[in-house]
Formats: sequence, C-alpha cells, structure tokens
Amino acid sequence: MTLQETIQPGGADSMIPSLVVSGVSHAFGDKRVLDNVSLTVPQGAFVVLLGLNGAGKSTLFSLITRLYDNVSGQIAIRGFDVRRKPSQALQKLGVVFQSRTLDSDLTLLQNLKYHAALHGYHGGDAATRAAQALEVVGLAERSGEKVRALSGGQARRVEIARSLMHRPDLLLLDEATVGLDIGSRESVVKIVRDLVASQGLGVLWATHLMDEVRPGDHVVVLHKGRVMFKGGVPDFMKTTGKDSVSEAFRAITGSAAALEEAA
Amino acid sequence: MATSTTLDPAIGPGTETMAEAAARRIGISGYLACFKGIVWREVLRYLHQRERFFSALVRPLIWLFIFAAGFRQTLGVSIIPPYESYVLYEEFIAPGLIGMILLFNAMQSSLSMVYDRETGAMRTLLVSPFPRSFLLLSKLLGGVSVALLQVYAFLFVAWFWEIQPPKITEIKLFTMYETPVWLGDVFGSVKEPVVTSLIGLPTFLQAYAGYITVIPALLLAGLMLGSLALFMSSVIKQLENFAGVMNFVIFPMFFASSALYPLWRIREASPLLYEICRFNPFTYCVELIRFALHGQIDTVSLGVVIACTAGFLAAAVYAYNPSKGLIARRGGPGGSA
Repeated sequence: MTLQETIQPGGADSMIPSLVVSGVSHAFGDKRVLDNVSLTVPQGAFVVLLGLNGAGKSTLFSLITRLYDNVSGQIAIRGFDVRRKPSQALQKLGVVFQSRTLDSDLTLLQNLKYHAALHGYHGGDAATRAAQALEVVGLAERSGEKVRALSGGQARRVEIARSLMHRPDLLLLDEATVGLDIGSRESVVKIVRDLVASQGLGVLWATHLMDEVRPGDHVVVLHKGRVMFKGGVPDFMKTTGKDSVSEAFRAITGSAAALEEAA
Repeated sequence: MATSTTLDPAIGPGTETMAEAAARRIGISGYLACFKGIVWREVLRYLHQRERFFSALVRPLIWLFIFAAGFRQTLGVSIIPPYESYVLYEEFIAPGLIGMILLFNAMQSSLSMVYDRETGAMRTLLVSPFPRSFLLLSKLLGGVSVALLQVYAFLFVAWFWEIQPPKITEIKLFTMYETPVWLGDVFGSVKEPVVTSLIGLPTFLQAYAGYITVIPALLLAGLMLGSLALFMSSVIKQLENFAGVMNFVIFPMFFASSALYPLWRIREASPLLYEICRFNPFTYCVELIRFALHGQIDTVSLGVVIACTAGFLAAAVYAYNPSKGLIARRGGPGGSA
C-alpha cells in the first residue's frame, strides 16, 4: 500500500485510510510553522514522521488532535473530518503525547479508568478494558501501583495502553521514546510495531531518531514545516542516492549540523 | 519483560466498521460516565493531597478563631437581614469564610489547570470526543465538589465553636436592592425588605435545615468563582504569573466585599469603596450563602451570581475553543511547535 494524497472515495471500509492530512498550513502570528502539509496513514501502516526539533511535528499533532483548529486544508481520521465531525474523529484516535500526561498521584488503573471515562465507558467496562490494555503492555501486575513508582519506559507503556482502550484505528505517538534507555526504547517500539502487525492499526510515529526507521516503513520527512519527502524507505534511499536513512535525511534537509544534533 | 500484543476483541483496534462507528453516537450514558470520571478524578486527587485538605481547612479556621475573636469587641454588627438579632462577629463572618474557601479552591483549580497545561496533562482531557464545553463544565463541577467537602469540614469544626445555622421553619424569598449610582435609576430601589414565604419545613428538619438550604448557594457560588478561575487559567500564560492572581484577584475580591464587614459600615467609611464592593460579584456570593444559611433566597444575589456565572463560563469556553479562543492564538494547551 502506498501513501496517498487524498481520501479514497467510496471504497470498502478497510480502504479508508486511518489518517489523511491534506494541504494543511498553520502559523503562530507571523511565524508559519506548517506549510501545505499532506500525508496519509493507511490502515495497518507504520508511518514514521521524521523531523528535527522545531520541524512542526508537535504542531501537526495538535492539529490532528484538534487542540488547535486547522483553518486551512483538511484532516480526516477514518474519513471523519476533525473540524466538522470532531467527536467521531476523536473516537477513532489514540494519542501518546511528547510530554508525560499521566497523573503521578493516581495508580495505573485509576489513570486508565479516568481515560475510559473520557471516552464514555462506565466502571465495570472501563476496569475490564484497563486490565486488558495493561496486559498488552506487560504491566497488568502493577495496576495498583502509583504512576510515580514507574520508570520512564514503563510510564510510556502505560500511556500506550491508555491510548488503546477505546479501540482506536489511528495511533499517534509524538517522540514516544525520547528520554528512555535503549532497553525501554526497544520495548516501546516493539509493542507498537506488533500492534500494527497483529491488529492492523495505523500508526503515525513522530521522531527525530533515525535508527527507529525500519526498511518496511513509510517515511514522511518534515523540515521547517514542509514535507520534503514521503514514500517507502527504499525509495527514500534511492531518491537521495544514499545508503542509510541518516544520510538520506541529511541529503534531503541539507542539514548536517542538524543531523548531528538529532543523533 | 513479557508482553503480549494480542488484544482482546473487546478492545482490539480496527474492529468496528465505518457504519458502526458512525452509528455509535455518544449517548446520555456516555456523558454520565465522562462526567462521573472527571469529578471522581478531581475528588481522588484532592483526597491524595492531604496537605491541601488541611491547609484549606486551617486558613478559614485561623480567621474564625483568631481574627474574629480579636475583632469581636471592636466591630459591632447591628441587626441587618437575614439576622433577626445581634450576632457575634464570628457568626457574621462565617459565610464570608465559606466564600473564602470557595474562592481559594477555585483559584487552586485554576492554578492546577495552568500547571496541567504547562505539563501537557490538559491535552488528555481536551482530546476526549465529548464537546469541550461539556468537559470544561464537568471539570468545573469536579472542583466545586472538592470545595463542598472543604466547606462542610469547616462547618463541622465551626459547629463546635457554636457557629451554627439557626432553626429554619420555612424557606423565604428576600428582596431588597438599591440601584448603584453609576447605573442611574433604571431599576429603581426596594429599600425596605420584601420577604415572601415559599414553603414550610417539617419539624424534624428545622434544626439542621441551614446545612441543606446552603447547598444550592454553595454550588452556584462555586460555579461562578470556578468559571472565573477557568477563564483566568486561559489568560495566564505561565505558572509564575499566578502570584499576580493572588495580589490582583483574590485579595481585592475578598477584602472589597461583605465577607468581613457589613456594607453599611463600608459606606460610612467611603462611599466609593462601598460602590466598589457592590460591583464585586464575590459580595453577592457571600450574601447568597449568608441568606441561604438562614433558609432565605436573596433574589438580587441570586440574579447577579447566575448572570456572572453565565458570563464567566461563556468567556472560558470561548477561550478554550480551538478555533476562536485565546489558547489557539497563543499556542495551545501545553503545546510546543
């Protein structure tokens, strides 16, 4: 399946992409942070949004999650426009934000039950979903502990569990592995990749860490608010004539110093 | 570490068809679950923070036991509605101290919202599929629930100090007002109180009825102050700026009101200050509570508090609206480019 520019009209249910971003721009005052950004996350695809700090990744995520209003272009989650049908669109969306958003004074289970309530699920149902989601990330036995007792990697896994509870079709992860040790990073990445493979979840994984890109991934390179490249990893290397993702990224963005910073 | 990535079909992603998803409109039950969840979290967080509970309780008690005791002899309170006889100064300021609890709690909620916004925790609330106005109102009511717990803890301690609501035989409607000078004479004046009986209370309820009749007043006043704080949390850019809120909002609101002294006393001292106190919506919160503790509904205070609540809430919802509000213009809740 290749990346597409627009929503597929009238296709079968499974053909409707998890996410379509089409011609989106955004500015804070006079400062333009996104410029005509378009990308698609098909169902069952792991799409890596590659960009340095300040490239506009978090702003794009804020627009997708409707924390900001997208005044130009269109964003649709499973065919639901986030501006015109925000409730339906957000029901299909799971998010792991860059900053930690768990309540450290509450237990894992209490945090997850709170999230379930925010999606309209009652006590018994919420508790079942929370327990099952914690099982998925391997933390079921710690459900009664307070979040502050967890390591950074474990807290990230809880956030992934939380984002899965309401059966999303699209999972957004914004720099989910930043600040984690190598073991925790691998664990988080593996959980998400396995979910893509086993459940057909569409994932948009924003990162500035090149070693998180795998040969089978789709890549979208965002640089200074613009999409510089989108396509499969082999195409990425072929287009730039480079042997590695790092070198290809450097060639596309023309930013050697920036790449060193990212590494 | 053993992890399993096999989701139960009940929670597995992508198992709904588009038709099912479109059909799954969030019903009343969903709204109720969301509301309960938000209120539950606020109360739970509060119960986890014992220091917050004690500091919230100690503040008004210090005013009651030390400040009021000291002023008892120097500040006489004549018979003014709703009091039917001379009252001790402690009894007079008790509704003001209840207002103080609500005011500080609202500002504490505002502080925690600014903190949540800075840390990004606010985002989890705002990406819920429920309407943002509903989410903010639920959070507001969660804060008011916490304030109610604090108020009743205060009333419980005050009871041992013999600060108790009087026996109430019937609920009454109370009307007396004077149009502020700066408004001209558009509303005229009702200078003598007009008291209308509404409903009698059964004997078994009369002794403690004040503890019940005050609940709607507490809810309304809590909502008004919470709405104001919610709006302020959208205006305050950084946590450090919150110190200014203490100086420019909490203290002026509290001191330029009828919380600590009756307004006629202030008028004797300064007519201008008197008008400022009458312009202050917190004055009407205090009076609404004062009358409610006596089983009376002060119509003017009720009207002002309802109108201010609507105004502040509309401003807060506007400010948090992603397409229109102040948050959008400045870069969002916890947002970073």
